Amino acid sequence: MYNPVKPLPHKIVNVKKETDLEYTFRVETKTKVKFGQFLQLSIPKIGEAPISVSDQGIGWLEFTIRNVGKVTNEIFEKKEGDTIFLRGPYGNSWPIEKFKDKNLVIIAGGTGVSPVRGMINYLSKNKDYVKSLHLICGFKNKECVLFKEDLKVWANTFNTTFTLDNEESKGFKKGFVTAFIKDIPFNTFGEDYEVVVVGPPMMMKFSGLELEKCGVDINKIWMSFERKMSCAIGKCGHCRIDEYYVCLDGPIFEYRIAKDLID
Amino acid sequence: MSYKLTLKEAQKLLDKLSLTYDIYAPKKLKAQGRYSDTDIIKYEKIKNIDEIEYREKSTYPMKEVISPIQQTIFYFTEDKYRESKVSTKPILVFSRACDINAIKVQTKIFIGNGGFVDYYYQRMYERIKFILMECDFESDTCFCVSMNANITNNYSLAVRFEDDGIHFEVKDKDFTNYFKGYPHSSFAPKFVMENKTKVHIPEIKDRNMLNKIKKSPMWKEYDKRCISCGACTIACSTCTCFLTRDLIYGDNSEVGERRRLSSSCQIDDFALVAGGGNYRTTAGDRMRYKVLHKFHDYKERFKDSHMCVGCGRCIERCPEYISITATVEKLNKEIERIEKEEASNV
Repeated sequence: MYNPVKPLPHKIVNVKKETDLEYTFRVETKTKVKFGQFLQLSIPKIGEAPISVSDQGIGWLEFTIRNVGKVTNEIFEKKEGDTIFLRGPYGNSWPIEKFKDKNLVIIAGGTGVSPVRGMINYLSKNKDYVKSLHLICGFKNKECVLFKEDLKVWANTFNTTFTLDNEESKGFKKGFVTAFIKDIPFNTFGEDYEVVVVGPPMMMKFSGLELEKCGVDINKIWMSFERKMSCAIGKCGHCRIDEYYVCLDGPIFEYRIAKDLID
Repeated sequence: MSYKLTLKEAQKLLDKLSLTYDIYAPKKLKAQGRYSDTDIIKYEKIKNIDEIEYREKSTYPMKEVISPIQQTIFYFTEDKYRESKVSTKPILVFSRACDINAIKVQTKIFIGNGGFVDYYYQRMYERIKFILMECDFESDTCFCVSMNANITNNYSLAVRFEDDGIHFEVKDKDFTNYFKGYPHSSFAPKFVMENKTKVHIPEIKDRNMLNKIKKSPMWKEYDKRCISCGACTIACSTCTCFLTRDLIYGDNSEVGERRRLSSSCQIDDFALVAGGGNYRTTAGDRMRYKVLHKFHDYKERFKDSHMCVGCGRCIERCPEYISITATVEKLNKEIERIEKEEASNV
C-alpha cells in the first residue's frame, strides 16, 4: 500500500547563502513540480516543514529557506553532499496557462519571492510567453534582499520596482510594495491582465485592497497562502480555513475567494 | 436471524471469535479518571464478555480503535525511515450507532479528502467490522437524534445485554456458522428515537452570513470560559486533527521514531507558524473555528452530514461546563439577530 507521507532521501548538491537568515538549498531529484507548488522537507528525528520550490531545472529543485524554526534550524546545518528527505509536490499551482499573452503583474514581498521565482525565471527565458511583466519585489532592508543576481536579470528584462521598507539603496525605492501598486499602468491593459500577490499575510491583505482601489478586477488576482501543516495531504487539519484546505485547494487561491476567508 | 446465548455460551463464542478477530469494546478502567477514585470507560482489546461496559456511555470515543491518540508512524535507524507495523488480524468492535456514524466522517477525511488515502487509517479501517450495541441508558448530554446519527445499518452483529444472557442479531453471513445450534430469538436492535436534549441545526445561508457570524461578539464569552485544554476534541467522536512529533531514544541519538499525536484546534499553538505568526490567538476564535467546522464547514466541503453525531462527550469532558448544544442554540439566536438586522437595513 502506498504511503503518501513517507519521505525519500535526496542529495543536497549546493547551498547558497542569500542572507544571514535565508539559504537556498539545491537538491538532486527527478521530481517535476508546477510553479507555486511546495514539498514537505523532512529531517528524521527532528520533523517536517512545508517549503515552496524557489526554482527548478533538469534534475534539481531549489528551496529557499528562512531559518525560523526547529526543522529549518536543522536544515541549516546541512552541507553540500548531505542527505535531506522529501515528499511531494503538493498543492495547486499558478495558473500559468491563464497568464499566456497577457500583461502579468507580480507583487511579492520577502520570502514571498520564493514561490514566484521559478515562474519569473521561466518567463525571463521565454519572453514571448506574456505580453508584459510588471514586477514589484519588496524587502525589509538591504540585508534582507534575496536572489540578488536574479533581481539584476529581472530588472534588465521586465518592468521592475524593487523596494525596501525603511531605507533607500541603489536600485531600491523606499516604502512598502503597496505604495507602488498605483504606478502600474492598469489603464493600458484593458481586460488583458492577471495579478499575482505573494508575501506575508498583512502585505497580501493591503495589496489586495490597494489593487481594488486601482480598479483591478478581483477575478484577476491570485494569492498564495502559507499555513501550519503536519501532513500536507488534507488529514491533519491545521491548514483548514472554512471548507478549504490550503494544502489541497491552495496554496494558491483566487482573490475573489481569498479575500473573504477568515482563519 | 437472531439468537439468545447464555452468558457462558456468549463467552465461548467470544473465545472462538478471538481466534480470528481482535475484539475491542468499551471497558471500565478503575480509578483512572481525572479525579481521585473516578473511573473512565475507553475502548480496549477484550477477552471476556464481562469486560464490556454496556450500561454507560464510554468516556472516550470508539474512533480511538482506528485512529489512536498516539501512534508511531515511522522508525528511524540512522538515515532510513521504516513504517511501523500493525497486526493484520481482522477487528470486531462493540459500538454504539453514533460512534459507527462518526466513522463515516473520519473516513471522509482520512480516505476521501483530496484524493490522498491515509496509510495509517486505511490499514485499520479495512480490517474493521462492527457489533452494534443498543443504547438503553438515559444520558442528558446525548443528542444523536438531532444530528441524524441515531440509526445505522453498518454492522455485522447487533447485541442486547440482559442479566441472564445476550441476544445477537446476525446480519453478516461471515458469522452465521458461529451461531449454529443456539436457540433463536426474536431480537431486533432498537435505536434511540428521542433524546431529552434536542438541538436545532443552524442554517448559515451564505458566506456573507458566515463572516458576520465570525465577527460576532458571541464568541467573546469563550475567551473567559474556555481554558483551551482540548479535552472536547480528544473526547470528540469525529475530530481527526493531528500533529507529528519526532523523538530520539535516550540512550542512542541515532535511532528514534516519528509519532502521530491527536491535536486540537482549541490549543493555542494549533495555528502557530514558524516565526511566531498565529492565525487564531484567542479562545473565542478557536471555539468559533471548531463550532463552525462542525456545523457548517465540513458539510459545505463534503456535501454530507454535519461533523457532529451528538454523542455529547465534549460536554461531559469540559472542565468549564461549556456545552456544545447551548453554544449551537446561541449560534441560532445570533443568526436570527443578524437576519433581522439585515432585514431592517433593506
